Amino acid sequence: MAFKGTIEIDRQRCKGCSVCIANCPMECIRLSKAVNSKGYRYAELANDACIGCASCATVCPDSVITVYRVKI
Amino acid sequence: MDSVTDIRKPENIVYRKPALLTDNIMHYCPGCSHGTVHKIIAEVIEEMGIQDRTIGISPVGCSVFAYNYIDIDWQEAAHGRAPALATAAKRLNPDKYVFTYQGDGDLASIGTAEIIHACSRGENIVVVFINNGIYGMTGGQMAPTTLLGMKTSTTPYGRDAKLNGFPLKITEMLAALDGTAFITRQAVHTAAAVRKTKNAIRKGFEYSMKDIGLSFIEVVSTCNSGWKLSPVEANKWMTEHMFEKYPLGDIKDVLK
Ligand SMILES: Cc1ncc(C[n+]2csc(CCOP(=O)(O)OP(=O)(O)O)c2C)c(N)n1
Ligand code: SF4
Ligand code: SF4
Ligand code: SF4
Ligand SMILES: [Mg+2]
Repeated sequence: MAFKGTIEIDRQRCKGCSVCIANCPMECIRLSKAVNSKGYRYAELANDACIGCASCATVCPDSVITVYRVKI
Repeated sequence: MDSVTDIRKPENIVYRKPALLTDNIMHYCPGCSHGTVHKIIAEVIEEMGIQDRTIGISPVGCSVFAYNYIDIDWQEAAHGRAPALATAAKRLNPDKYVFTYQGDGDLASIGTAEIIHACSRGENIVVVFINNGIYGMTGGQMAPTTLLGMKTSTTPYGRDAKLNGFPLKITEMLAALDGTAFITRQAVHTAAAVRKTKNAIRKGFEYSMKDIGLSFIEVVSTCNSGWKLSPVEANKWMTEHMFEKYPLGDIKDVLK
């Protein structure tokens, strides 16, 4: 069974720590070029390879990632 | 194939911030393990449906403000004294789930006597022990758990056994006490590790209602600011160095 997923990141709460990036098996998260109101570059989706595995959200210390997943 | 906007619907959500975490932005440094552990404690309490029956005791250390983040009843203890407060809270309210949340400076240094005797008395509480090998809050001084050779602000040339003594494996010591029921050492650097730690915390909460003694969950953690590494480098350093001295896995389980 295959899954397609996507994530939503609360940009203002993200601290740009990058542990989500290190934990994504599909290499689909990167840091933004822009910064948020706290001055942090925030995580953003880099491509559409996301499978909705939730690894990124599980390790996010600030709980800013929501994960969506559907079967395809 | 569904487009991203088709997928982004409430019915397709598979993971989100637990409702029990407040909306306060955590004061922790980016990538600090404290936030991840707070989140899984909130998830466990939420999944067990025990929000109005749980009392947390927060420590002195970076997690002194833990009470701002998980929406349950809290008490804030003097440095190292969380097990004493938890003892009182649990003995007076045996129907409540009582846990302490303590750093390695708090638990293994100034609070050594309290944790040893709470374990020895077999208090029916849960202890979550955040071992980041350093005093994070006060600027990165050596803790009892600091590794040999590890540089801190008080061991600028690295911890030297002759001068500073050896790293204290307090978790193994506590496992030797008859009053402890469940003792484990876990981490939160990967999704799989986070899930294991969450299961361990849940087991601790469940055991605390069985009148079998104290459950102790060490979480080998990072203090990337104190270690002077990026969060991702700190996780890597932890797996390469901390796990050698502090290996992960269950140490004691009286029901197994
Ligand atoms: C009685 C007393 N002594 C010393 C201090 C200073 N102090 C505050 S936090 C701390 C150590 C915290 O280290 P740890 O428990 O490892 O927590 P971390 O910040 O690393 O999570 C110390 C020594 C204090 N607040 N009270
Ligand atoms: S882990 Fe969380 S806080 Fe850190 S960069 Fe990713 S989304 Fe941002
Ligand atoms: S849900 Fe999985 S695949 Fe998607 S961004 Fe997060 S870690 Fe990567
Ligand atoms: S000083 Fe260390 S323990 Fe404290 S919030 Fe920062 S990274 Fe976490
Ligand atoms: Mg510490």
